[in-house]
Amino acid sequence: MLSIRQNPHSNALPDFRNFGVVARALVGVNLLGLAAALAQEPDGGRALDAFVHSTVLIEPPLITSLALLYAAAPLLRRMPYWPACLLVVALAMALAAATQAAVSAIADVSLARVLIFAAAGAALVLAYLTLHLRAYSPALAEARLQALQARIRPHFLFNSLNAVLALVRSDPRRAERTLEDLADLFRALMSDNRKLVRLADEISLIERYAAIEQLRLGDRLRMSWDLDQAPVDALLPPLILQPLLENAVYHGVEPATGIGDVLVRIGHSGDRVRIHIENPWHAAGGAGTASVRAGNHMALDNIRERLMLFFDAEAALQTRVDGARYCVDIEIPYRTGPA
Amino acid sequence: MSAPAEEARDALRVFIADDEAPARARLKEVLADIRGEVAVSVAGEAANGLEVIERLPASGAEVLLLDIQMPGMGGIELARHLGGLENAPAIVFVTAHDRHAVEAFELNALDYLMKPVRAERLAAALKKARRAGPVPRARLAQAAKAAQAPAREFFSVTERHRIQLVPVADVVYLKAELKYVTLRTPAGEHLIEEPLVEIEREFADRFVRVHRNCLVARAAIRGFERVAGGAEEEPHWSVVLEGVAERLPVSRRQWPAVKGVLPESKP
Repeated sequence: MLSIRQNPHSNALPDFRNFGVVARALVGVNLLGLAAALAQEPDGGRALDAFVHSTVLIEPPLITSLALLYAAAPLLRRMPYWPACLLVVALAMALAAATQAAVSAIADVSLARVLIFAAAGAALVLAYLTLHLRAYSPALAEARLQALQARIRPHFLFNSLNAVLALVRSDPRRAERTLEDLADLFRALMSDNRKLVRLADEISLIERYAAIEQLRLGDRLRMSWDLDQAPVDALLPPLILQPLLENAVYHGVEPATGIGDVLVRIGHSGDRVRIHIENPWHAAGGAGTASVRAGNHMALDNIRERLMLFFDAEAALQTRVDGARYCVDIEIPYRTGPA
Repeated sequence: MSAPAEEARDALRVFIADDEAPARARLKEVLADIRGEVAVSVAGEAANGLEVIERLPASGAEVLLLDIQMPGMGGIELARHLGGLENAPAIVFVTAHDRHAVEAFELNALDYLMKPVRAERLAAALKKARRAGPVPRARLAQAAKAAQAPAREFFSVTERHRIQLVPVADVVYLKAELKYVTLRTPAGEHLIEEPLVEIEREFADRFVRVHRNCLVARAAIRGFERVAGGAEEEPHWSVVLEGVAERLPVSRRQWPAVKGVLPESKP
């Protein structure tokens, strides 16, 4: 995906295959049309009339060019910024001219005005989208650091090392395996997390993480996995699942003296990947919940932000309390490709 | 090295409290490693605060190795309840990573160990704990405050060798009488020895002062009644509480603060 591989300080074209980009372009051009109509006809009612008439000229080239840009997205991605911009503007102008010729019988607007509107519309929307992208770019550069900070709970690291030490004499092989799991986990935590990764890799990472937690917590942690329908080739931002599972253990299992059930279910329906993680919910203030941890939304906010950076409006993250269970649901588009 | 029989008699009795089984196993291993330096025997172990309250008093433990992050009741609150025992153990806190707690202990010079625990540090801490004995309650309360520990979940009523816990959530009102404070719950009464002022400060969100000697649970307030004066007393307001029949007088001085607790009521 272009939006994550770019150098954050250089200009880059928006990703025309992103729903958010397409939606912004659609709304933006129509708002420009409305503004033009208002400028022409100061009277509100007549301006609306004029706008409705102008849609005959606006919508066909707009939708066609968005469709063409969707198709040409990989090609545009390889082009330098300014020539690519010119190409987009030229495309809009050409399609607008063609539309003007086709509908000249019902809408009498001069070719010059159509061309100027198309060029201005395309340029303004491009400028807006580039600015929008740039506004989020510092966040992108920082995301890596933030992700790292949100991920490693020192409490987890030191308790895990302590648990491994307890195994060294009694069960050296399990101690070795646990150290290997820890190494894999930390390698993932410290790697460049701006690249999309395969779901299969993320699943193996959280299985390693769960193995470490299992060692620490023993019978208190009861993991259930429902991964048969998981689209293992789907791409997703790295380290989305692990912090969610860590939260589930930290808030759902550790504060209770009894057994805590944690469920991880990953599946897909059509072109949407669905991730569901649930854990026991401990309402603050109940008797015997002395160490209910203050809600730490850092990790959730961080995941939400990164999902937005990667998928814009196409990803959704929801949390809810369902009786005595706390549930996190994530939906992302099902995309495949080289990781 | 002393003979085994002698060693067993002099051995320092250590109680281990940690919610993670591997952590308890590790501490036992290290305790065995330092046997040559400090003679110790394991007096008992527990996986959460409530188990410690149950098991420790009868164990005869002299030192408690106490994890701070435990379910049910954290180490910091637990330490405060144990402080009232007649033979309260010396406490060595053990923590994986808890910045506030560590700072609090440094401030109060209580001993603490970081996980993973090193043999030398454990030996030194045990020797020091044996010399120093139990930490006074007031200092534990101070450390809890410095550690920004959340308010306690329980009040504790200490008999000589037993601790009874009263959930703070059950308490309807607290009334100071001479040396003691009476805790009133729907089920009965308990006496504790703590200054009312400090309880008021620790649980400012939960209790409101209605009178010089009385705190009332905000959540238990059902309404107010006007009491007509008589020969002996002036007319005043009294508060009606959930779960107990008696009405408590509200002092004129506290009335403005108290009446705001029930915003919807028109007394």
